[in-house]
This record gives sequence, structure tokens and C-alpha cells, in this order.
Amino acid sequence: MSDLFGKLGGIYLLPVALALIAFVLIGAPSSWLTLTVAGLAMGMLIFLMASGLSLVFGLMDVLNFGHSAFVSFGAFVAASTLAALSGWLGAPSILLNIAALVLALAAAIAAGLLAGWLFERIIIKPVYHDHLRQILITMGALIVAEQLILATWGGTPTNVPRPAFLEGSIIIGDAAVEIYRLFALVLGAVVYLGLYLLLNRTRIGLLIRAGVENREMVESLGFKIDRLFIGVFMLGSGLAALGGAMWAGYVTLITPALGAEMLVIVFIVVIIGGLGSIQGTLLGALIVGLSANYVGFLAPKLALASNMILMMIILLWRPNGLAPAAKGH
Amino acid sequence: MRGTLTVKGAALLIWALLLFAPFLFQDVRQIEVAARIAIFIVLVASYDLLIGYTGIVSFAHTMFFGMGAYGVAIALKQMGPGWTPVLLGSAAGVAVALVLAVGIGLLSLRVKAIFFAMITLAAASVVLVLATQFSQFTGGDDGMTYRTPDLFKPATKLLVDAEGKVLSIAGVKMNGKIAAYYFVFVISAVLFWAMLRITGSPLGTVLKAIRENEARAEGIGYRVVAYRTAVFCIAAGTAALAGATYAVWLKYTGPQTALSFSIMIDILLMVVIGGMGTMWGAVIGATLMVLAQYYLRDLMEVAAGATANIPLLPELLNPERWLLWLGVIFILLVYFFPSGIAGTIIQKGDKA
Repeated sequence: MSDLFGKLGGIYLLPVALALIAFVLIGAPSSWLTLTVAGLAMGMLIFLMASGLSLVFGLMDVLNFGHSAFVSFGAFVAASTLAALSGWLGAPSILLNIAALVLALAAAIAAGLLAGWLFERIIIKPVYHDHLRQILITMGALIVAEQLILATWGGTPTNVPRPAFLEGSIIIGDAAVEIYRLFALVLGAVVYLGLYLLLNRTRIGLLIRAGVENREMVESLGFKIDRLFIGVFMLGSGLAALGGAMWAGYVTLITPALGAEMLVIVFIVVIIGGLGSIQGTLLGALIVGLSANYVGFLAPKLALASNMILMMIILLWRPNGLAPAAKGH
Repeated sequence: MRGTLTVKGAALLIWALLLFAPFLFQDVRQIEVAARIAIFIVLVASYDLLIGYTGIVSFAHTMFFGMGAYGVAIALKQMGPGWTPVLLGSAAGVAVALVLAVGIGLLSLRVKAIFFAMITLAAASVVLVLATQFSQFTGGDDGMTYRTPDLFKPATKLLVDAEGKVLSIAGVKMNGKIAAYYFVFVISAVLFWAMLRITGSPLGTVLKAIRENEARAEGIGYRVVAYRTAVFCIAAGTAALAGATYAVWLKYTGPQTALSFSIMIDILLMVVIGGMGTMWGAVIGATLMVLAQYYLRDLMEVAAGATANIPLLPELLNPERWLLWLGVIFILLVYFFPSGIAGTIIQKGDKA
């Protein structure tokens, strides 16, 4: 029984099983399709935000409570860029539309990379290997970052314009699927593929995976893990900013509290998925995204607690998460 | 020993000032500050049991505080003023807090410290959302106001003079407000004393051993998970009691006063400022932070007004930016004075 389960894909079947159970419970195929696409899109966006956090922890045992600050930065930078380019967004030319979107996402990623570099140098460097102070300091940094965002963009909710070609929805059968969600889904999948290739097919990826498994050994072979770590940290913050930017377009109304709200979801995802592996993070993100949408439809009252209950169940079953990175030490 | 004596002296002086607060400071706002300090000393000390003595980082401490507060608030709201709802409400609040603490503890204290921090953060945010959603019980975002036992009414005459009027001692009227203040003070003092005893007991020594070297403590034969869960429960129960007391004092309970994440940040700041791992540090940290909360904002307003003509400065000194500065101070403290005020004085003084 468990062999068969393992051969079929093991824990990676969980999202599929979730979708099947939901299909039976919901009954109507059209609502099921809408909800599933929404859940997968949400999961992909959360994956973008969470992947960096998970990798950084795997590589350096650094848990960054300020990670969600990058999400907020990305969201607000993208919103400002889009607002500044609103002429392009409204233009009938699809090329100008795409240019505006690409510029906004690029600006968000650049802001994320820069913020990540500063954060690593100023905040995290002095407290490597000291968990207690790490948690405290990154928490302090989150407060400061949130206040800076509040000071720059103000406390009132900011409207995020969407490019015209991503507005509206496609009708499949009698189910309406928002184009923006499909776009988020595709973008997330592309990023995952890119990360997967980077980690599994390149020399740097090899070093990163080796570093996650046994840092001291890689160091003693003469590789500079510290330098690699900055790279991974910046990559993670850039992805978080991209996730934030996409999220801003997804919800279309953002406040400075966005980061703190996402922090909890991101944490739940990396705990469920297991720290240190992007496969686990993707798995956790998809499960959380799907179940949030299904539960929100089936039992709205339960929606608030559903993530928490999900995490409890999975932790009881697998205390280290579903697919944690293999740790040599 | 000089350092230890200085810190203990300072903490005892603060307690003495709190004891005579109604006589020393007769302004309503000052009494409010004194009561808040007393409550937060307990809250911070109970948090220090976790973070300072055992090395557990929890972000759910306000959640337990809020459970006590909401327990009393809901009981008083539903049953009307009286002592029964106060007792019942606190008992219920403490019970819920303990059950949740046992659950979270057994589920997650066996894994890495960092997991625990994340899980408590998630739990606290869920409880906060639940409390604002179930508005028929909790009053939602607005919270709820209620009446407390008659003893605490300002019109209650605690002591009367020969003519049947409220007796004044040293210019202070012996009315219900005084009774309420001493209710808060006595409970806080007793709880603080109890925690002080815990840290001095064999249990406290085991906790320190776990903080210093978990594997070795386990090796000597102490069941680390059981001890951690126990101290988590003690801290949770104490926080819930502090919350219940604060709810009686405020006559109002809402997310902002009992559950919000900003209270958690306050507690963290107080523990770090005062010094982790010393109960006396909690007294100093809580006092300084509460005073800063009430008076530093006014000062910032004055400073912002005075520098109105200089560019940038007034923007930075704007009272709304106060959390920004607290964050910066917090980071600097963790870098340069990780042992806080009390810890630094003790180290310096004892070396000399």
C-alpha cells in the first residue's frame, strides 16, 4: 500500500487528492474549476514569497522574520511604478501594456535585491549562529521596515492598476477563469522551473544543495559559503518582492500591513512544506492556496482557522514538515 | 555583588513607588500609568520565564494575556457586575490559556526553537482574527465596556469620617478608585513574588540548565519537553491572570488593549531593555517602556513643533513615527547590550 503510494508520487499527490476531495464536496464542476485555478494561482504567488525564506534557512540556519518586508516593498514599488506608467496601461497597444508590467515587476525585483543586500549586511551578518538574537533582530527590522513603508506610502490603502490585457476572464465551459490568475500560475511555474534547473543543473546549484546538507564540509573543501549565502539571500528577497508585486495586482488594494499578514501564511507554508527545499515549499504553498479557496467556498466560517488546523494536522503526522531538505548535521 | 544590589535596589524602589503611587501622584493619568506598569511588570516577568530563563521564543504571549482579559470581560458583560463573574471569567480564561499552552507545547516544543516561534506567531494571529470576527461575544474591533464590582466604583466610600463623608488620608480620598488600584497592585505583587520564587527554586535551576545546554540537561535525566511545556503553561497562566486583572481595572477590553500584536512588541522591547534572564530586569524594562509610551510621545510632539522650520527633522520627530524609533532602538539594544540594562549593570558592577 505505502509502496504504491510512494511510486505514484507520494506526498506530492496531496494537492491532487485535495482537489479530488473538493470536487466531490463541491459538486458543480464550473465552480470547482474556478476555485482550483484561484487556489493554484494563490499557491504559486505564496511560493514566490516563501521559497527564499526556506532556502535561506536551509543554507545558513537563518530564519528571517523580516522576510515579509520584502513582500511589502515589492508590492508598493510595483504599485508606484504602475501608477506612474498609467498612460501605458490604458493604451490600446498590448506592447506598451506588457512593457509597463515588465518594468513594474523589474522595479520590484530590483528593490527586493537591494533591500535584501542591505538587510543581509546590516541586520543578519552580525548575528549568524545565534537564533535568539536573530529572531529578535529580524523582528525589530520588520517593525522598522513596516514603519518606513508607512512613512513613504502613507497608511491609506493604495490602489493597484492592472494592465488592460490581464483584465477580464476566459470562459471555459460555464466556468469563468480570471486571466490574471492564469498569468500568476504560469509565472509561478516558470520561476519554479528556473529555480529547479538552477539548483539541480548548475554548479552553483550543486554548491547550494551541498551547503544545505553540510555547510562545514563544503567550506572545508574551499568554497566560500558566506558569499554564496548573500547570493541566495538576495535571490530570495528578489523573489519575495516579485511575489509581493504580483500579489498587489491580485488583490488590487494594498496597505502597509500587507507584509505582516503574508508573514503568517508564508510561515505556515514553510512549516508545512519542510524547511530548506523548494519542492517542499511549492507543495506547502499549493496545499495552502487550494485549501484556502475550497474551505472559503465550502465553509466560510472555518476559512480563518483552516490554515492553522492544516498546519496542526501535518505537524502531527510529520513533525519536520512534508519534504524537508536532508540535513547532514 | 554591587551590580546585583544596584539592580535589586532600583527594582524595589520602583515597587515602593508603585505601593504609594496614589499618594505620590494624584493625577488620574499618573495612576493609570502606575497600574499599567504593575500589570506589565507581571506580563514581562512571565515572558522572561520563557525567553530569558528557558530560551524559548514565543510570540503568543499577548494571546494568553488576551484570553484572561476576554474571559473576565465576557463574564462581566453577560452576568453583570459582581465578584462571581470576575472569578469565573478569570478561571475560564486561565483554563483556556492552559489547554492551548499544553497543546502548542506538546506539539511543537520538541522541534527546533525556530519552529516554535513561527507556530506561536501563527496561533496568535489566528486568535486575534477570531476575536475580531466573533463580534457577538467579543464586541469585534470595538471591544466591549462593562461594569465591574461595586467596590471599584468611584462613588464607593471605602472609609468614612465622623460626618459620613469619604475619609481623606494625606489629601487622597478613600474611594473605589483606590480600591481598584490596590486590587491591581496586590495581585501584581503576589504574582511577581511567586515568579521570583519559581526562578529561585530547583525548577528555575533546571530551566537555566536547559537554556544553556539542552542535550546535557536531557543527558542528566531531565525531561526537557516536559519542563519546557510546564514553564510555558506557568507563563501562559500568569499572563492570563494579568490580563484578567487589567480587564477589571480598565473596564474595557478590546483587540487594541488585550490582543494586538503591538502589545507583543511592547513586551519584547521591555524584556530586552530590562535584561533577559533577570526578574528584576522586567521591573526596570516595563517601567521605562510604559513611561516612554505615555510621556515620550508628548516630548516628540513638542520637539517636532520646535523644529518645524528645519527640513526633515519634524517629519522624523512626528509622534506617529514613534514605533520606527522604538524599532531602531530595539535593534541597537540587541546588538550592543544583549543583556539589557539590568544585565549590563550586574556584569559591570560584579566585576568591579
